[in-house]
This record gives sequence, structure tokens and C-alpha cells, in this order.
Amino acid sequence: MPVQYSGIVEEHLAVRNAAGLFDISHMGQLLISGEGALTFLNRVLTNDARRLEVGQGQYTLLCNEPGGVVDDLYLYRLTAAEYLLIVNASRFDADHAWLERRRQAAPDPGPVHLQNLSASHGALAVQGPSVIAFLGGCFSSGAPGRPGRLDAMRKNEIISLPFQDASFHVARTGYTGEDGFEMFGPVTHLESLWNQLLAAGQAHGLKPCGLGARDTLRTEMGYPLYGHELDEHTTPIEAGLGFFVALDKGEFVGRTPLLQQRQSGVSRKCVAFLMAGASPPPRPGYPIWETGTTVEPVGRVTSGTQSPSLGRGIGLGYVPPRLAKPGTMLAIEIRGRHYAASVVPKPIYRRPAEAAANGVPAKAV
Amino acid sequence: MSQILPELKYAKSHEWVRCQDGVALVGITDHAQHELTDVVFVELPTAGRVLKAGEACAVVESVKTASDIYAPVSGQVTEVNALLSDNPGLVNSDPYGAGWFFKVSLTDPAELTRLMDDAGYRAQVGG
Repeated sequence: MPVQYSGIVEEHLAVRNAAGLFDISHMGQLLISGEGALTFLNRVLTNDARRLEVGQGQYTLLCNEPGGVVDDLYLYRLTAAEYLLIVNASRFDADHAWLERRRQAAPDPGPVHLQNLSASHGALAVQGPSVIAFLGGCFSSGAPGRPGRLDAMRKNEIISLPFQDASFHVARTGYTGEDGFEMFGPVTHLESLWNQLLAAGQAHGLKPCGLGARDTLRTEMGYPLYGHELDEHTTPIEAGLGFFVALDKGEFVGRTPLLQQRQSGVSRKCVAFLMAGASPPPRPGYPIWETGTTVEPVGRVTSGTQSPSLGRGIGLGYVPPRLAKPGTMLAIEIRGRHYAASVVPKPIYRRPAEAAANGVPAKAV
Repeated sequence: MSQILPELKYAKSHEWVRCQDGVALVGITDHAQHELTDVVFVELPTAGRVLKAGEACAVVESVKTASDIYAPVSGQVTEVNALLSDNPGLVNSDPYGAGWFFKVSLTDPAELTRLMDDAGYRAQVGG
């Protein structure tokens, strides 16, 4: 995926207002199957995989023993004993090795098979409010009623749809905060699907989108990116992802330290912030200061950019919990100067109707 | 294909210079603004600052990244483009006009001969 096709801002706004098409084939795909798959997955992942019915997916994390994040990923239950893991490209080897090691080390819960689909399978994502108007048509040949089926899907649901002579897993999910779908299938058919989507979406404002827009879109939503908000020395609790850690499900890797953090608190928290006025965009690595202090910074920016939707600098970063409450003023150091920013709730950007209901400015001037 | 004006001088680092009566008007090229994409913030030198040719003296921020801008000639900054603080997009929409960066009173007019003409710059950017 290139950084951009027509321009980051144009692509970003296409996703917010119409639709965007992303080639996300860099994501790793692992198939885990066998009688022992569920027990195994529930021992290595933080979320409770038992909650998944066939055709459902969940966001979940892979942690090491001290509770640090090995990767964050999506887990889909395809059939009774078959699961699809969608993992970060940069973490694929680490994940694969970690899962293999745990599989061999764990007391045998029954057969567990790991299959790497990444070489033979790719993925596309279509994201944005107009996607539902044209996506069904791309899969509907010879199968009437398909568009209705997509429309009826709930968030994180996954279904299998025929495309030409192949089959794609289509999940209602994404990394942009908009309605959308991710489609996983054989690389041999990706180009054809890409072209068909572009043609079908043209009348609905669909634009091809690159990594740049993918990053600004997820940052506006406050979604973490591995290597920025998450690493092996950062826990899901610190990252604000406690919702995806099922401490009550029984033993899993990292549970003890995560439970302890949940009970006694963390020393730093990931917050979202919005620059108070015109400023250079905050960037990863910039120091975060407590307002009015000059001795040492309280944290670092982990993600930052100019928000195309808000026209202002936004970012994510870690600060001590006493400074993590929305409304707290912070200062971001940019080339030696301090610029004011305020801690805001996630997501940083809300659709205009939602924003009005929550008393949040939809667009900064 | 990006626009390259015949009456300007160009630096390797993609700044242009328009010189008149010992004062150089400085901006960045159409090619540069295109590569940088949507400019969202421009940090300019303060008026009065003395610049040495080749010195980093301004920063252009696009959505994706921050890029240094280098002084193409030596001299004192006499004026900066105040419009850019409210409307940084001028760098994209009018790079050779309303999107200019700053004016410098030249220390050494001979430095201009070290810059490229339009043909030289076109050869550099492959336009």
C-alpha cells in the first residue's frame, strides 16, 4: 500500500464523507483449527474467545507473561473449530513464533493446527458511509439477495461470499471509525476484486486510499497502532484497552500482572489530546509537559498528526494517571516551543450529529 | 508535470529565488509542494534574522511529515509572508505567488550564480 494515491487529506475526507478502498494485504492471516483451538486461543489471547458464535469476531490482544503486548489483532470464528486471526504485518513473525511456542508448551487441550495463509491470501478494506450502497453488487453475481445480507450484518460479523470462482470472508469492521468491511481471500483474485470495487464505487465517491489516510483516520478515532501505542513493555490496561481483557475468564498468559494493574492502578495511561489552537502538528516522539513545568516532560507523543476532519493537531500519548482526565491541559513541545493541548475523550473525532449530542465541537475553525 | 518558471533561480533543496534590487524573494517550488502534499503549517524565520546560505531556516508541515526549508542565499530577513500562518494552503495553491515564504536582503549577490536556472532545475526533478 502506498502512502497516498491522490493526497492524504482528499482520501481521508472521502472515507469520512463517501468511501475509500484500501489494499490491506500486508496484514498477516493465520488459520487456527482443531478440537483444542478454542481452549488454546483462550489461554493466549486476552479477550474471551468463548463469547464468539460462528460468524462473529472480536478485537483481542496477545500478551507476554509480564502483560506486555506482543500484538493486537482480530479473531474471527469461521466454523465450530476454525478461527481466523488477522495480525499486524510487522508482528507476524513474532506472533507466529509466540503461538507455536505456546502451543508446544501448553498442556495438550486437543489437536491445534496453525496454518499461515499470508502468502496465498490478501485483503481489501472498503470504508465509509456510502460503502453499503455498492458493495453488495460486487458479490451478487448469480446470487440474488446478497446486498441485503451485507446490510443485515452486525459490527464484527463475518460471512463467506463467492467472488468469481473463489470465496472471500467478508467482515463488517475496519480501522477508520466509519461503517465498512474487510474482505479476505486468495491473492489471485484481489486485483479483479479491487477493479470491480473501484468501478462499482465510482458513482458513490469511492477513492483508493493509502497508508497516510489510514493513519490519520485511525488517529482521529484514538485507535492504537502497534509500535506506537503498543509494544512488549506496554500493557493493554495502560493503553486503555482493558475492555478487551477478560480477567474473569480463567487463566491466560499475562493475567496475573494485568489483574494486579487493574486492582492497584497503572503508572501511565494512554490519552488522546487536541491542540488548543493553530500549531505545528504533533508528531511521534515529541515530549509532553505538564502545563507550567519545565523540569522534565511527563510523557511522549506516540501518534500525532493534523486532523483533516478537525483542521487541528491531534495525537495520542502516555501521561501519568493524574493528568489523564479529559479537560486536563498539557503542553506539547515542538522544536523547543510549548504548545497548549487538552486531554479529550476518545474518539477525538465524532460524526457531526454525535458531536452535537455530546457537546463536542464538530469542526474546529 | 510541475511548473518551473524561467525567470527564477532554484536551489537543489527545492527553494526558488526571485531577485530584485538586492532583495531576494524566497519560496518553494511547485514540484516541492506537490511532493509535500497538503501543507498544514509553515514556521518562518523572524524578521531581522541573519541567514547563511544552506542553513535550515523554516519548516513546512504536511499531514504526514515536517520538512526543513533551507536558505538559498545569505542575508538578513526583511519580511515574512504573514498570510501563511492563517492560510498555509497557499503554498500548495500558489507556490510562486501568494505562497512565498520570506524576503532576504542579499549579503553577497554573487551567491545567485551558484543556483540553478530553470533548465538545470528541470533536469534535477526530471520534469
